[in-house]
Amino acid sequence: MDVTFLLNGETVQVDAEPTQTLLDWLRVERGLCGTKEGCNEGDCGACSVLVRDDTGDKALNACILFMPQLHGKSVRTVEGISGPNGELHPVQEAMITHHGSQCGFCTPGFIASMAAGHSHGRTDHDDVLAGNLCRCTGYAPIIRAAKAAETAKVPAWLNDDLPAVSPTVYAPQNLEELATWYAANPDATLIAGATDVGLWVTKQLRELPKVAFLNRCAELRETTIGSDDIHIGAAVTMTETLALARVHHPHWAEMIRRYGSEQVRNAATIGGNIANGSPIGDNPPALIVIGATLHLRHGNTERQMPIEDFFIAYGKQHRTPGELVTGVTIPKSTPDLRCYKISKRFDQDISAVCGCFNVTVSDGAVVDARIAFGGMAGIPHRATAVETALIGQPWNSTTVAQAAAKFGDDYTPMSDMRASAAYRLQIAQNLLHRYFADRTGQATNVLKVTA
Amino acid sequence: MSVAKPLPHDAAKLHVTGNARYIDDIPTPANALHLAFGMSEIARGSYTMNLDAVRAAPGVVAVLTADDLPFANDVSPSVHDEPLLATGAVHYLGQPLFLVVADSHLNARKAARLGTVNYTEETPILTIDQALAANSRFEDGPVIWKKGDVDSALSNAPHQLHGSITMGGQEHFYLEGQAALAFPQEGGDMIVHSSTQHPTEIQHKVAEALGVPMHAVRVEVRRMGGGFGGKESQGNALAVACAVAAQTLGRPCKMRYDRDDDMMITGKRHDFRIDYVAGYDDTGKLSGVDFTQATRCGWAQDLSLPVADRAMLHADNAYNLPAVRITSHRLKTNTQSATAYRGFGGPQGVLGIERVMDHIASDLGIDPALVRQRNYYAEADRRVDLDPPTPQTTPYHMPVTDFILNEMTERLIETSDYKNRRETIAEWNADQPILKKGIAISPVKFGISFTLSHLNQAGALVHVYQDGSVHMNHGGTEMGQGLFQKIAQVAASRFGIDVSAVKITATDTGKVPNTSATAASSGSDLNGMAVANACDTIRDRIAACLAELHQSRTEDVLFEDGQVTVADETMSFAQAAMTAYQNRVSLSATGFYKTPGLAWDRTKGTGTPFFYFAQGAAVTEVVIDTLTGENRILRTDILHDAGASLNPALDIGQVEGGYVQGAGWLTTEELVWDDKGRLRTHAPSTYKIPACSDRPDVFNVALWDEPNPAQTIYRSKAVGEPPFMLGISAFLALSDAVGACGPNYADLQAPATAEEILNAIHRARG
Repeated sequence: MDVTFLLNGETVQVDAEPTQTLLDWLRVERGLCGTKEGCNEGDCGACSVLVRDDTGDKALNACILFMPQLHGKSVRTVEGISGPNGELHPVQEAMITHHGSQCGFCTPGFIASMAAGHSHGRTDHDDVLAGNLCRCTGYAPIIRAAKAAETAKVPAWLNDDLPAVSPTVYAPQNLEELATWYAANPDATLIAGATDVGLWVTKQLRELPKVAFLNRCAELRETTIGSDDIHIGAAVTMTETLALARVHHPHWAEMIRRYGSEQVRNAATIGGNIANGSPIGDNPPALIVIGATLHLRHGNTERQMPIEDFFIAYGKQHRTPGELVTGVTIPKSTPDLRCYKISKRFDQDISAVCGCFNVTVSDGAVVDARIAFGGMAGIPHRATAVETALIGQPWNSTTVAQAAAKFGDDYTPMSDMRASAAYRLQIAQNLLHRYFADRTGQATNVLKVTA
Repeated sequence: MSVAKPLPHDAAKLHVTGNARYIDDIPTPANALHLAFGMSEIARGSYTMNLDAVRAAPGVVAVLTADDLPFANDVSPSVHDEPLLATGAVHYLGQPLFLVVADSHLNARKAARLGTVNYTEETPILTIDQALAANSRFEDGPVIWKKGDVDSALSNAPHQLHGSITMGGQEHFYLEGQAALAFPQEGGDMIVHSSTQHPTEIQHKVAEALGVPMHAVRVEVRRMGGGFGGKESQGNALAVACAVAAQTLGRPCKMRYDRDDDMMITGKRHDFRIDYVAGYDDTGKLSGVDFTQATRCGWAQDLSLPVADRAMLHADNAYNLPAVRITSHRLKTNTQSATAYRGFGGPQGVLGIERVMDHIASDLGIDPALVRQRNYYAEADRRVDLDPPTPQTTPYHMPVTDFILNEMTERLIETSDYKNRRETIAEWNADQPILKKGIAISPVKFGISFTLSHLNQAGALVHVYQDGSVHMNHGGTEMGQGLFQKIAQVAASRFGIDVSAVKITATDTGKVPNTSATAASSGSDLNGMAVANACDTIRDRIAACLAELHQSRTEDVLFEDGQVTVADETMSFAQAAMTAYQNRVSLSATGFYKTPGLAWDRTKGTGTPFFYFAQGAAVTEVVIDTLTGENRILRTDILHDAGASLNPALDIGQVEGGYVQGAGWLTTEELVWDDKGRLRTHAPSTYKIPACSDRPDVFNVALWDEPNPAQTIYRSKAVGEPPFMLGISAFLALSDAVGACGPNYADLQAPATAEEILNAIHRARG
């Protein structure tokens, strides 16, 4: 299919296989070898490139970025982050001065992420760079470099105008077109950010003969803030969701901050995280306790359901063939919400357990409780026995201890490389204690402690 | 002089612009072929294969099995026990069975999954206990080294305790995976580009596989995208596969492992269990320790014997052990063949004795820092011209004459404000029901030299051109550590010129032969001296020529600031070079160096295996969550001894990076195999090296800038591996925090994942 985009400032038109990755295309077809393959699954950031679209500049992992996703966008690889006459970008200069490279293999990816952060004036460098692994430096000199470049101007050569492009058959422009096509092609794979589907191709080596890309479907990318609720389109990225959540649901936002990485959040969509039905997706438990409503559409037929009803069993969702998730609606605020993501590493790690709590207390007693977990079963679901044990009881440590003991009734977790079953169950119980302590103002968060 | 300047890495600008070239970036002719291995799906057994579907797959040009290999089927760096392709029996899950040659990397990978393999499974030996029970080991029995009468020392000690610590292995996770590229040449010769720390080994194994003398194979290495020991022997298979396929098919062949394949196939750090019995007095001073070290070496011997030796050699770390016995079990298991990894067994040995120190401190209720200081070796006089009075000896009977950790520790305790912070932390912990802090100091004393003494040699080749520019080559390889820049600084200093006049060139077996691996932290020590010797030869020839022309003395010719002064005349170095050239003086020289004074009897475990000791100490503060085991490093202070640093910026880079990597080993980096022997953590999605936010919030690193008493290049010290062991302070700080949760000794095991910390908290509470 024809894909048109800017590569380092020059328009290119490519007839690419739909699931050809940008990384392979750059390195094999174009001989642009500055962008590296470190893991081929979006977990190390060595392949990061700077991409501009109608929402601005962002870093993306080129290894799990399919060529059609670039249609109408601009791509700057490390070679094009330098100026046309070899001028260095301020982050490149700073990385030299501050000894930010050793073996140098991760460096092009760091440069792309740093340039993206720099263009937005970001100073939360740990978050900007959470998706870039370096094995040599221990990161300290890289952060020194990022700080040193903060106040430098964004180079003029990065100011690319996006190319005007014509629609393509693989990327429907509106929801009606998409829904009609998908209803007629229920065996197709819908691709939004490709942070999951990308691995089907790069790791499972699967062929995907029939695909559609959602990134040009305007309705799916919309967010509507109403008087009581917020509607988030299925193709809204997790970066956009994070910005929204920071305003309305700060505790969900703190979990999203640790969801994937900057590059992954820039590509991943909230709809994708729900529709793929993963038992370890982090948004579903949060959305369940927030009380989200899920919207689906099949052809011209729309329906909605509480999001918790969508997950039926491992690998099975309440979705008919050819039906797509179009968005979620959530209440505007959930002051009692807390989301606890437990993983081996804080950043860019899949949760061993993700526990979300929303307990409403009135006059010292629990009047409502919504608790849901990911990583504890084949699907994300609520801890109804624990909720029942809480509701109507006084909100105190005795109640909490009694309710926590009920987690074994709700979940029979499994052991894997992330955690043992015993640890998962213990953590579920302890997180209820944490929630109680957190709500009552005790220090519970190691991320907030300083030396 | 250009030594001691904090210059950036020589390739820094190439790195940040994407112009630094790695193996997979080297342009290849259009007819180049790409390789992938078909891998075993079981850990132990025999098999038969039908590879018709592989051969029929799109783009496949050839499929090779062991029967197709023309000469040696072996990629072992030691005892020829590691076939490139299996020969009917498999020994671990992931072992290469057949080799696919295809027109693209992707086609090779796809075809490699299409083999039909029928297995007859046998019960694999996977764990330390299974291997001990089956007496499955390398060498006949355990290796035992002794000093003094440990049994009486233990039984006469006022206090005795025993315990055990397990420590996991570690995936190298070099960002550039293993890769090689072979170009067939006329007459059966082969040029190999390899991402390797050991070009001569690649040359040797490729020559064996091709049935040609070593002179027919040239290996070139410009740089690696990280090595950490993982490219000392693990690149052999790819280079040999490429060379054999290239020779068979007459086309260039490239192989790079996909990350998951890399992690499934290649060896990792040796995991260990160390059991200990210690005897000590009321002050915590040790009279004797009995260590039993057991390690899983995996299926092939590789470098496991010297790794296990080094674990024994560092069982004392910084402490005088009057009586000691170390028993070492080198176990053969059906897992990846464990291999070299930064520290080479040293970190495991060091963690064993550091655990003992902590355990004693906990038992006696004394500050662990005090227990450590009380057990330190005595300070030796650092002046080299004096005989130290009867120095204390290591467990392998080597006198310790250059110990400086007493002084270093005092200074670090002061600069890190250790004592006050320890009190403040105790108060903080008393107020906090859920979160607990911990703090710990740990030292490192690391022996510098290859323990296989003949490896302690290096060669160099230096040319001075008539324009005064210098071409420098040596046997060391660049993997990010900045070796090339440090040695260019040495060369520039010898000629008194700017480092920009020195061209750094790729390591090349055709220029400098018979090199040792760039390993054991020895790169700068060995190659720096060899290059200095080569430069001095040329410099002395130029000086002799100029002296003769100016009726002066050779030793009065001065080389400094880019100029050469003879008698009353000053000329540029370029003019001097031109003059020498015109006077028919050879401006090319080799250099050679071998470390003096080494004498090591590995069988008896006695002698002088090391030229000197590199030292350092770190204080780490952490916080843990007692509800989940989540934890963070809050602050780290390091004082590290790099001798008179050749380049303080690069050395600090090694210290910072080594510390974080060491802390990663003992915290989030967990290798998990299932009961079938399948590694379940074979990608960065499941194997978690430290990310950006995992570095210490506050990270103070300083160098102890005193010259090495040993006569090393500009009195510098090796710095590659030693700082890795400073990461142990993070583990000990976590153990300290866990200890604040209850009355029992925390008994924390490594890696201290959140889950392990939570378990240890339960044990501490009893």
